[in-house]
Amino acid sequence: MTNRGKFVIALLAATALATAAADARQLKWARSGDSLTLDPHAQNEGPTHALAHHIYEPLLHRDTQGKEVPALATSWKITDDPNVWEFKLRPNVKYHNGNAFNADDVVFSLDRARQPTSDMKGLLTSIDTVSKVDDLTVHIKTKGPNPLLPNNLGDLFIMDKEWSEQNNVQKPQDFKNKEENFAVRNANGTGPFQLVSREPDVRTVMKRNDSYWGIGQVPLQVTELLYIPIKADATRLAALLSGEVDFVQDVPVQDIERLKAQKNLQVNVGPENRTIFFGMDVASADLKGDSVEGKNPFADKKVRQAMNITLNRQAIQRIAMRGQSVPTGIIMPPFVNGWTKELDAAPSGDVNAAKKLLADAGYPNGFNVTLHCPNDRYVNDEAICQAAVGMWGQIGVKVSLVSQSKAIHFPLIQKNPPETEFYMVGWGVPTFDSEYIFSFMYHTRADKYGSWNATRYSNPEADKMIEQLSSEIDKGKRDATIAKLWALFKDETLYLPVHHQTLAYAMKAGLDIPVDVSNQPKLKYVSFKTN
Amino acid sequence: MIAHLLRSLLQGILVILAVGLIAFSMFRFVGDPIASLAGQESTDADRAELTERLGLNDPFPVQFGRFLAHAASGDFGISYRQARPVADLLAERLPATLELAVLSALFAFVVGIALGVYAAINRRGVIANGVMVLSLIGVSLPTFLIGIGLIYLFAVELRWLPSFGRGDVVHIGWWTTGLLTDTGRKSLVLPVLTLGFFQLTLIMRLVRAEMLETMRTDYVRFARARGIPERRIQFRHALRNTMVPVVTIVGLQLGSVIAFAIVTETVFQWPGLGALFVNAVQFVDIPVMAAYLMFVAFVFAAVNFLTDFVYLLIDPRLRH
Repeated sequence: MTNRGKFVIALLAATALATAAADARQLKWARSGDSLTLDPHAQNEGPTHALAHHIYEPLLHRDTQGKEVPALATSWKITDDPNVWEFKLRPNVKYHNGNAFNADDVVFSLDRARQPTSDMKGLLTSIDTVSKVDDLTVHIKTKGPNPLLPNNLGDLFIMDKEWSEQNNVQKPQDFKNKEENFAVRNANGTGPFQLVSREPDVRTVMKRNDSYWGIGQVPLQVTELLYIPIKADATRLAALLSGEVDFVQDVPVQDIERLKAQKNLQVNVGPENRTIFFGMDVASADLKGDSVEGKNPFADKKVRQAMNITLNRQAIQRIAMRGQSVPTGIIMPPFVNGWTKELDAAPSGDVNAAKKLLADAGYPNGFNVTLHCPNDRYVNDEAICQAAVGMWGQIGVKVSLVSQSKAIHFPLIQKNPPETEFYMVGWGVPTFDSEYIFSFMYHTRADKYGSWNATRYSNPEADKMIEQLSSEIDKGKRDATIAKLWALFKDETLYLPVHHQTLAYAMKAGLDIPVDVSNQPKLKYVSFKTN
Repeated sequence: MIAHLLRSLLQGILVILAVGLIAFSMFRFVGDPIASLAGQESTDADRAELTERLGLNDPFPVQFGRFLAHAASGDFGISYRQARPVADLLAERLPATLELAVLSALFAFVVGIALGVYAAINRRGVIANGVMVLSLIGVSLPTFLIGIGLIYLFAVELRWLPSFGRGDVVHIGWWTTGLLTDTGRKSLVLPVLTLGFFQLTLIMRLVRAEMLETMRTDYVRFARARGIPERRIQFRHALRNTMVPVVTIVGLQLGSVIAFAIVTETVFQWPGLGALFVNAVQFVDIPVMAAYLMFVAFVFAAVNFLTDFVYLLIDPRLRH
């Protein structure tokens, strides 16, 4: 080749490189904790799913507002047999390794997610069998009608059957095994981003999937996505301020105003799918940790009501949360099917009315009781408890506060029988339907129901209604039952709701990433503002 | 002499076993790993099954015995949090921590001795007194505050240095180092300063005190009387004699720098053993916690053993 020829080629190459550089848009995304594993069925946990949504895809997922949108399935309906759901799959979808996506993968993935070592199996207990009808049609047969099956599939990711078999990952990690499961640090999905490298707790690098089926439907402008866990709040914000990262989750409430004041930053605040509330033992004959002998004060509805109206939710919002919360009177986030404004209304802190109720119940001088509270799980959880303790003190209910780490706090609630009589808990509703709250929080604790119900409350009639919900196909009837149940439970005052938690995302100006109600930002929707 | 060494070796092993036993008996107070391992939807039966599968129902001596038996063959189990073999995780994180610890110890040693000698020689100088006052701050300020202060100044305001992480690292076999890349070296600066600052002030104050002491001894006076130049007395004679206690302290401190880099690693998101341990505690990742604590016990036992050995070399009286 002549020198001139070489020169032309070099010139062409340089131009190509320059164009590529102009298109290259990197996004560095930081939050406090890392995903636990890339294996999409091994951990049912928020940050793990949040990362997985970029590499893998479910049949359907939820957009930032919590609305169901098609992903790998294009449509779904109940067939003539009310026990069978039919999912039509998206054609011409390829995995990152080039394999084609088809019905076999869906059957395989749903079977994999129901293995004993899977952490997702709890969402799929209603499934009997999954079968392929043709390459792009799948039937899911349930044990009895399940109108809400799609609600449970939003974080249920589809893996490639061939890839999984090749790499011997037909089952999620078993902790008894000595070997690391290949799927823990490797991934092959259909998602908008393809895994480049992963160093747990350090960084995960992904590049844009240029053959993504959704190109044209979503912006997908980020060409390289870096996911970086930074544990310390101050360091994470410093990294944003110094321009080392572009987008930060888990912004502490006390820093929001300061960040908003920065010209080159933007802070988006929005509600999260999570409500914070107190629960108490309403059924035991006597409480161990109280000052009343031979009686359980919480068993009296008047006492619960008194404590409920004493809670000054506005003050908690103002002082403990710096304005970043939505006070509420129901333990259900506003996006959930069954939520109404009337249910959400909370009583204002009326100390005199509360004192009267307490006197009527036979406790004119109040009583002593112990409250268990986490100190590292929810936004300012310990501060909320401290504020509430002060408020209850005004009506003579002297609460001694035990606040401890989540790893000690939650077993108190989860143990059967529970080891706490008065506790704080926060609850999100991944299915966006009231039934989920009823079955875990209100149903009598038995078998697969009530595993978070530490109130010892048991109402066989309500239990029956809750169980019917799961198989009622008529939406009108179903919603009527839900409304009836909420009316009952709100009247019973089994829980003392505090507020819906809000989330804050901070990012460089020019990026506008909306707060995702499930706290799983989906960065394929991000577009860069060009100035 | 061999008996002496054997004795201290035996002591080291006993220390490791004792630490393991105490650590294991503490785990039940840290919380229940099932709470973080099992998802929100898990039923009571699921949790019971998982507890059984992880062997958490076994009595404490059985669990400890099983841990020791496996550990003896180099198998520390699978991390609950990361679903990977603990031995791999430790091996992966060790280079980051060692690099940080050795560099900060070196930094503290060199700068500490230089400043200490300077402060001792110019006892009444303005600069020397200024340094002494500053060193008080180093002794009293908590590490995380120093770290955050440095981040604010050098990363946020001046933007000279990165605020977190290790930058790009080069793999040499199983070892990783940040010393061979530009971003890696830049990333080392702030964590090394933070971790080394306390040791630095400690060494500096120690050197100054020892040096002042030595300068008052008879042989220094005789040396002066003989007309030996002052510089030569200071560095050739006084400093050497000052170094014996200093080296002992530095050796012992190195162990604690490796073991307790936890705060610095958390502040700088440094991917070392300390950060691994902090995450493990929050998740109640028992296999990682157990292995880490055994490792720390091992480091201290090894440092002690080496110190004993060095004493033998230095002090002939111990050999008999």
